[in-house]
Amino acid sequence: MTLHVTSPAFKANAHEALSDEALQRALTNVEKGFIGKRKKVADKLPEFEALRDSARDIKNHTLAHLDLYLEAYEARVAAAGGQVHFAPTAADASKIVLDICRRVGAKVVTKGKSMISEEIDLNTHLEAAGMAAVETDLGEYIIQLRGETPSHIIAPAVHLNRDQVEADFRRVHTDLPDDRDLQAPESLLAEARGVLRKRFLAADVGITGANFLVAETGTSIIVTNEGNGDLTQTLPKVHIVLASLEKLVPTLDDVSQMLRVLARSATGQEMSVYTTFSTGPRRPDDVDGPGEYHVVLLDNGRSSMLGGEFQEMLRCIRCGACMNHCPVYHAVGGHAYGWVYPGPMGAVLSPSLIGVDKAGHLPNASTFCGRCESVCPVRIPLPKLMRHWREREFERNLSPAPVRYGLKAWGFFARRPALYRLATRAAMTTLSLLGRNKGRFAKLPLAGGWTAYRDFPAPEGKTFQARWKAQQDKRA
Amino acid sequence: MATMFDTKPRVGLFATCLVDLIRPSVGFAAAKLIEDAGCEVVVPSQTCCGQPAFNSGDRATSRALALQVMDAFQGVDYVVAPSGSCAGMLKKHVPELFEGEPDLARRAAAFSAKVHELVSFLVDVRGVTSVEARFDGSVTYHDSCSGLRELGVKTQPRKLLESVDGLSISEMRDPDVCCGFGGTFAVKYGEISDAIVAKKAENVWASEAGTLLAGDLGCLMNMAGKLQRQGREVKARHVAEVLAGMTDEPAIGEPAEKV
Repeated sequence: MTLHVTSPAFKANAHEALSDEALQRALTNVEKGFIGKRKKVADKLPEFEALRDSARDIKNHTLAHLDLYLEAYEARVAAAGGQVHFAPTAADASKIVLDICRRVGAKVVTKGKSMISEEIDLNTHLEAAGMAAVETDLGEYIIQLRGETPSHIIAPAVHLNRDQVEADFRRVHTDLPDDRDLQAPESLLAEARGVLRKRFLAADVGITGANFLVAETGTSIIVTNEGNGDLTQTLPKVHIVLASLEKLVPTLDDVSQMLRVLARSATGQEMSVYTTFSTGPRRPDDVDGPGEYHVVLLDNGRSSMLGGEFQEMLRCIRCGACMNHCPVYHAVGGHAYGWVYPGPMGAVLSPSLIGVDKAGHLPNASTFCGRCESVCPVRIPLPKLMRHWREREFERNLSPAPVRYGLKAWGFFARRPALYRLATRAAMTTLSLLGRNKGRFAKLPLAGGWTAYRDFPAPEGKTFQARWKAQQDKRA
Repeated sequence: MATMFDTKPRVGLFATCLVDLIRPSVGFAAAKLIEDAGCEVVVPSQTCCGQPAFNSGDRATSRALALQVMDAFQGVDYVVAPSGSCAGMLKKHVPELFEGEPDLARRAAAFSAKVHELVSFLVDVRGVTSVEARFDGSVTYHDSCSGLRELGVKTQPRKLLESVDGLSISEMRDPDVCCGFGGTFAVKYGEISDAIVAKKAENVWASEAGTLLAGDLGCLMNMAGKLQRQGREVKARHVAEVLAGMTDEPAIGEPAEKV
C-alpha cells in the first residue's frame, strides 16, 4: 500500500480523537457549517430530489457502459492534443506523473486539490525525486505546512481551528511582518496567496484533480472556490489531470445536471465560485494555457468493483455530504478512519481499495442511522453497502470473537422460541429482582460495553409474552 | 350487521425482544391502542426480528429468523411493532434476504406489505386522529432513525401527542439526529456511542421537557441510561405508554417507589 494505513487502529484513533479538545472544538464547525447550508439550498430548488434521481441514473448508465465511454473519452482527449495514461495501480500513477515531470525537468510542481493525489501519496514521491510539491488549495496548503493528511474530502483542514492555523502561518511565513493581522479567515487566505503567487509563476508542472471527465468532448472539469485550480492548470507548461475512472460522464448535458447537485450537496452553494472546463493543451490562438495536457486515469481496484455488490459506490461524486451528516464523523473526525477516505463513503470505499482486513472497522463503526443515504446526491445506499462488508467479514470470521460468540448464543435461543421463553423468563425475573430497588443497574456482568457509559434499566419482571398469555388464559 | 364484528382486522402484535424482556407495559399499551383503533390483537409466539444478526453480517441466522416470523404471523391482516427499527427490519430488509428466490421473495413481499410501525399504523392505516389520554407535563420527542428514514414516521406521533390532554410538546434541537444506539454499535464502539448520546442528552436537557418520548425502546434505553448516569432528572417513556394513557409503570430505569 501507498500511504501508511492506521484503519486497523480505528478504536484507538477514535479514543484519541474523543479526548482531543481542539479537534472536538473544530468538529462542531462541520455540524454547524454544512448541514444547514445544504438544507437551505436544497429546499429552495423544487427539482432537487428529481435531480438526485437523474444524477444517480447518469452515473449508473455510465458505469454500465464504462468501457465504451472510456474509449470515447480517450479518443477525444487525443483529438484535442492531450494524452490519457491508464494507471492500473497507485504505483503506476505515481510513476507516470514522475516520468512526465522528469522529462520536462520540473523543479516546482503546483497542485490543485486532488484526493487521488492523496490516494497515491504523490507528494512523497515528488519530494523523493527532488521536486517541490506545492499545495495551492488553502486547506491543503495548511495541512502541508503541518505535515498532515486531509481529514475531510472537500474541507481538508476542517479538523483545525483558526488559532492553530494562525500559529502555523506565523511559524512558517517569517519573511512577512509580525504585526500583520491574521484574525479573519480572509486575511489567512490573503497571506497564503501572497506566498503562493510566486510559486504559481515558478511552477513547471501543474497537477489538478477532476470532478468530472466528459466523454463527448474529452474535457476535465474542476470546481473550486479559490481560483487556485485555474492558476495551477493554466500557468505551467504542463498540466496533469489526476482522476479515477469513475469520474466519467457521457455528455456536457449530463455534467451540467451533475454540477447542479454537487455544490448544493457539498458546501450548500448553488454553484462553486469557479467551474473550469479544460480540453487539451493550449491551441495556437489561445492567449494562455499549458503546452502539454495529460490525464492520468487511476483504477487501483475500482474496475473490480464493477458488476459486484459495491458497484453503486462508484457513483460517488465526492461531495462530502455523507460525512457532513454522520454522527460518527462528527464525534471522531476524519483522521480516525485511518486512510484517505473518511466517513460513510470511506467506510464503503476503503475496504474495496485497501482490503477489508485492514479497513474492517470502518463499515462496522456506523449506527446505520441512514442520514448519509438520505443526503447522498447520487443516492448510494451507504448503510446497505456497509452491511455487505459486514457480511464478508462475518463469512471470513473477521468480526471480533466476542461479537461472533454473543450472536451465536443469542441466535441459538432466538431460533428456539420455547427455550427462549423459558430462559428469558428466568433471566428477566432474576434481573428484575436484583434491580428493583434502584430501577436500574450501574454495572452488569457481560454488559460492560453498555454500563461503562450509561445505566441499564431493570426489567419489569415477567416477559410480555408470559403476561399476555396469563391475561388471555384468565379471560378464557 | 352481525358480520361487522367478523370484519375487524386481525393484528399480530410483534412486541420486539426489548419490549418482551425489559418493558412489557409497552406491549400492553400498544395492544390497547390497536384495539382502540378497531382491531383485534393477537400475539403469536415470537422471539426476534433478526436485525442484530442482519446488521452483523450473519445472513443465515437472519434468514432463519425471518422465516420463523413469517410462519408465526401467517393469517393476520397486519403485523404491527412498537418500534421503527424492528418494523423497518421486517418491512424493508426481510425482502432483501430472499432476492432471487422467487417463491420466498413473493412470500416476503406479501409479508412486508402487512408490516407497520405502531404509530404509523394508527395514523396512516387506521386513520386515527386523536387519542383519549391524559398526561400532565411537557414532553420532547426523539425521532428514531429507522422509523424516520426507512418508514417516514415523523408527523404521526406528534399529531397524536397533541391530542393528549395536559401534554405540551417542547421540541429539542436536532430531534432527527441519531442517539448513538445503533444496536450492537452501542457496545462494540461504546466510547463513540457515548459521545453521540452525550450530545443527545444535552439537547434533551436543553428542551426543558420533563419527559423524553420515542418510538423505539433501544434508543430510549440508551438515552435514559445516559441521562440517569449524568444525574439528570428527565423521565423516558415509550410514546405508546403516553398515547394509551398507561403511565402507571415507573419511567424507564426508575424505581417503583422514591426513596
